[in-house]
Amino acid sequence: MSWLIDFWHMIWPHLGRGLLVTLKLSGGALLIGFLLGLPTALIRVYGSPWAKRLATLYVDVFRGTPLLVQLFFIYYGLADPHLTTLAESIGLPPSLLVLPPMTAAYAALGLNSGAYQAEYFRGAIQAVSGGQMMAARALGMSRWQAIRHIVLPQALRIAIPPWSNEAAYLVKYTSVVYIIAVPDLFGEARRIMSVHYNQMIMLPFVGFIYLLMVLFITWVMGKVEAALRIPGLEMEEQERF
Amino acid sequence: MTQPIVRIEELHKRYGDNEVLKGVSLEVQKGEVVVIIGPSGTGKSTLLRCVNLLSRPDSGHVWVEGEEVTAPHVDINRIRAKVGMVFQDFNLFAHLTALKNVMAGPVWVKKMPKEEARELAMEELRRVGLADKADAYPGQLSGGQKQRVAIARALAMNPKVMLFDEPTSALDPELIGEVLAVMKDLAREHMTMLVVTHEMGFAKEVSNRIIFMEKGVIVEEGPPEQLFYNPQHRRTRQFLGKITELYGNAETG
Ligand SMILES: Nc1ncnc2c1ncn2[C@@H]1O[C@H](COP(=O)(O)OP(=O)(O)OP(=O)(O)O)[C@@H](O)[C@H]1O
Ligand SMILES: [Mg+2]
Repeated sequence: MSWLIDFWHMIWPHLGRGLLVTLKLSGGALLIGFLLGLPTALIRVYGSPWAKRLATLYVDVFRGTPLLVQLFFIYYGLADPHLTTLAESIGLPPSLLVLPPMTAAYAALGLNSGAYQAEYFRGAIQAVSGGQMMAARALGMSRWQAIRHIVLPQALRIAIPPWSNEAAYLVKYTSVVYIIAVPDLFGEARRIMSVHYNQMIMLPFVGFIYLLMVLFITWVMGKVEAALRIPGLEMEEQERF
Repeated sequence: MTQPIVRIEELHKRYGDNEVLKGVSLEVQKGEVVVIIGPSGTGKSTLLRCVNLLSRPDSGHVWVEGEEVTAPHVDINRIRAKVGMVFQDFNLFAHLTALKNVMAGPVWVKKMPKEEARELAMEELRRVGLADKADAYPGQLSGGQKQRVAIARALAMNPKVMLFDEPTSALDPELIGEVLAVMKDLAREHMTMLVVTHEMGFAKEVSNRIIFMEKGVIVEEGPPEQLFYNPQHRRTRQFLGKITELYGNAETG
């Protein structure tokens, strides 16, 4: 038994630190993604044609290209000497473009998640019947009041299941950031494996930690969904069977 | 002459190639109940929506209480607050209780303090006979109850005129009566009402005037006795004949 305890003492300081980084990245990117995604969705549904086009461009670019390419572009691409000299020549500090690994990771994951979240929110907003908006406007609410008090409270509820999916995906996708030397859970595991050649233990173990995180998110979001359920609506759904 | 509550002048509205309203003029006096009838696709809903500018007419003018709705730069939200509207498919706010639905206008549009709005909303729910359903969500109400809450929601804004767009068309026959009863109460209290409906019983019993619309124009208008028993136009006669066949002879009211 003691070798197990020794093993644990050997890996846990590293893995624990890596887990913390993964949790911070996941939480941060989800938050950034939410703050980007919700306005983007609102613009795509209610915005002026011009703003709509911009929002669509953002969503298409970040959903249509590989996350890895985005990450490399933000970390290596922006740091390109041509760009930094250009930045300097117009009076910007070049450090603005040479991002630390962690910042680049937040940016790439956040922008990417924002594009996906925007699509989920857009779908949810469009699923709220147009009659709700019409009734709100007929009462004299402004468009923004109607969005805030009538459309969004319903749309955000509808968006919970796809949003929890996105959260689960994101936690796993954070594992790509080891490639720009961010010491996340998977990065730390790789370091341990490269020293001890114990991948047959480490990989299942690390995979299991990701699994636990995903199950936890699913469980929490299930609770949130149940707590926010609108009485009378779930009954109609059940009766359909 | 007193000022009409609603005045519509030479209203035109088209959707693409489809000219829906071809010059409609109409006045509704205070306390009047005006019923609009006419075949499907004739522009009845569009006409109602032009009164509170949910649809914007291409030309023509609309006044509510002497204030021109169609004038440029008018504060449309302030005018809409004076015009109650009830829809065929209720459109109750699905995430709010009946009470909160009724409070919505006073609290968010009129910025009334919550407590005061709550009392007002309870009062309106009592008026439509649903005080006991204050805490129910729309999904827990029958169609007839939903529509009565929707009427209470509109009434809570203390409107100068109520627009009804086929308020009973989506209801099972046995639920139509309770909604019509509420509307009759309103008429008795001299609420000004502009009602699109196929309920001829209601039209005969409470309306001051019936307007027969077809293909974007008013074909004929007059008191119910004239339209029902002595219509001037062949089309009015044909339409009323068909509607009586479809909806029965004025008994549902
Ligand atoms: N938003 C819209 N866009 C395009 N066409 C529309 C729109 N709203 C209404 N129409 C068209 O305008 C015409 C009149 O519609 P409207 O709903 O006013 O008729 P209606 O008399 O209320 O008919 P119904 O008895 O079926 O309710 C119809 O041909 C309809 O297809
Ligand atoms: Mg209609």
